[in-house]
Amino acid sequence: MRFRPSLLLDVGARSMVPTLVLVSLYVLVVGHDEPGGGFIGGLLAGVALLVVFLAGGAAQVSRVLPIDPLTMVGAGMSVAVATSVAGMVLGAGLLDAGKLELDLAWIGKISVGSTLVFDAGVYLVVVGLVAMVLTRLGAREETAP
Amino acid sequence: MNVLASLPVAIPFAAVGLTLLAWRRLALQRAISIAATAGSLGVAVALLIAVDTDGVAAVAVGGWEAPIGIALVADRLSALMLVAAGAALLGVLVFAVAQRDTDEALRAFHPVYQTLAAGVALAFLTGDLFTLFVAFEIMLTASYVLITHRARAGDVRATMTYVVVGLIASALFLVGVGFVYAATGTVNMADLSLRLADVDPAVRTALGWLFFMVFGIKAAIFPLFFWLPDSYPTAPTPVTAIFAGLLTKVGVYAIIRTQTLLFPVEGASTFMLLIAGLTMVVGVLGAIAQGDIKRILSFHIVSQIGYMIMGLGFFTVAGIAAAVLFVVHQIVVKTVMFLVGGLVETASGTGRLRDVDGLLHRFPVIAVLFLPAALSLAGLPPFSGFVGKLALVEAGFDAGRWVVVGVSLFASLLTLFSMTKIWAGAFWGAPSANLVRRPPSTMLAATGALVVLSVAIGIAGQPLLELATRAASDLLDPAAYVAATLGGGA
Repeated sequence: MRFRPSLLLDVGARSMVPTLVLVSLYVLVVGHDEPGGGFIGGLLAGVALLVVFLAGGAAQVSRVLPIDPLTMVGAGMSVAVATSVAGMVLGAGLLDAGKLELDLAWIGKISVGSTLVFDAGVYLVVVGLVAMVLTRLGAREETAP
Repeated sequence: MNVLASLPVAIPFAAVGLTLLAWRRLALQRAISIAATAGSLGVAVALLIAVDTDGVAAVAVGGWEAPIGIALVADRLSALMLVAAGAALLGVLVFAVAQRDTDEALRAFHPVYQTLAAGVALAFLTGDLFTLFVAFEIMLTASYVLITHRARAGDVRATMTYVVVGLIASALFLVGVGFVYAATGTVNMADLSLRLADVDPAVRTALGWLFFMVFGIKAAIFPLFFWLPDSYPTAPTPVTAIFAGLLTKVGVYAIIRTQTLLFPVEGASTFMLLIAGLTMVVGVLGAIAQGDIKRILSFHIVSQIGYMIMGLGFFTVAGIAAAVLFVVHQIVVKTVMFLVGGLVETASGTGRLRDVDGLLHRFPVIAVLFLPAALSLAGLPPFSGFVGKLALVEAGFDAGRWVVVGVSLFASLLTLFSMTKIWAGAFWGAPSANLVRRPPSTMLAATGALVVLSVAIGIAGQPLLELATRAASDLLDPAAYVAATLGGGA
């Protein structure tokens, strides 16, 4: 069966996907002190990819991804490990977290924890894995006679 | 100390990320993978020396103190296991790289292999029951990929058994962790060893046997071993070798750790000894009935697990020390045996004894590698198996458990018999026509290095037994372990 896009889904996806990605990034950033974090954020972005998949098929998923999912998983894994051992290099222990306070004049103060970098790595791993599931396992259906 | 206890887990995880990034460059993947595995082995050796001189090393991960956060705890047992596992992982990795036309050339092999290594290291180091569950999951998920990756149509059923049994055991494990948390309010093992003393003895015993069963499935003890001999031989040689050398032994490690730290008993456990005896005999009888090298060896995995459980069952310092030494010996020897089996298959294209003859004349080097490992498995002096079994038998005499000791000697005799069966079947006789391909020298060298290590374990038997005895005294008197863990990352 050839893949037939649905107009309704396609239009829906166009508005849903950016919103979902924004929400996922928000959840990633607030994850340090509030419910959220890399894993949940990654899953939300994965849901965005799922919407893309439903609307446009596996090929569309590959098209919207900025980088190859494998590279994404590899980079995310490397970032997460690098942050967890960074603590040891700086004299603390495995996975010890640091915090950076930034005073951005009139915007206000923000604090960035090293956990955010770790979470960003987790985020990449999760998004990459979801993308791989969709592009590899989802592709079969379209190519089959 | 902190750094040393963290690195064995961190290095393989870093290698997972890097090998994924190097997806399109196999040579780079190999370099990263081998460097990481060799590095882990080096760290493990340093950790063993450090722990043996300075005592237990504990890391509170992320700076969260022990009963709340996750703790990595390295005592002598963990460090010893890490060293043995590291050696086996490195040997098998080099073997896999040298063996052409296998799994290894598929680019997923290295990331998955490193994931397995990370899971194994985490299982040995964690001081937390839930993290132990996570470690088992990391290790088993990687093993599911490795075993099903290249399964031929007929093998899928056997590998599915492996996956399903593994998942059931994991589910039971998780339920067990839930029960423990419900009964005590903690999953930190050091904390648990203090709090479980106040729990109703009946509940405590039930929990103890639940964990014994869960890890028993992973370790393949009687009657929970049925999944192993069917599924292991279907995988490619390097995968089977590392499964045989490591995975069941991680189960045994978990049994030793939980039974000594969480559920200690007074005196020998007759039930455990009964299980141990049955495991030894049923395993070896199964091996005798087989006609394929890998299937014979798979049943021997089961049989040898019985010896380790026997050592633990005595519940004396000597018994547990012998069991620990025996695990170390088995990790190396079992890996070697499967690698030799793989060499035979490479040379002849088959592992069926009926179809292979005269290896001794055609490829004497394989025979040279096989013989010490086989005699060691059977427990003949001066090889490593003898040291382990002698220690077990002495511990059994001290504990006054004559029957199970007799059974273990009988099983050893049958082991020797089934080794002579391989020897007579594959190595003697006129060379058969299918002995066409000489295995690459690197494969022989990797196997040879592990053979040398196994012989070295036999020669260094006395110092190793002393080390194992110190490890066992720590296990039976966990005060230092508890203090180091709860003291908060000293």
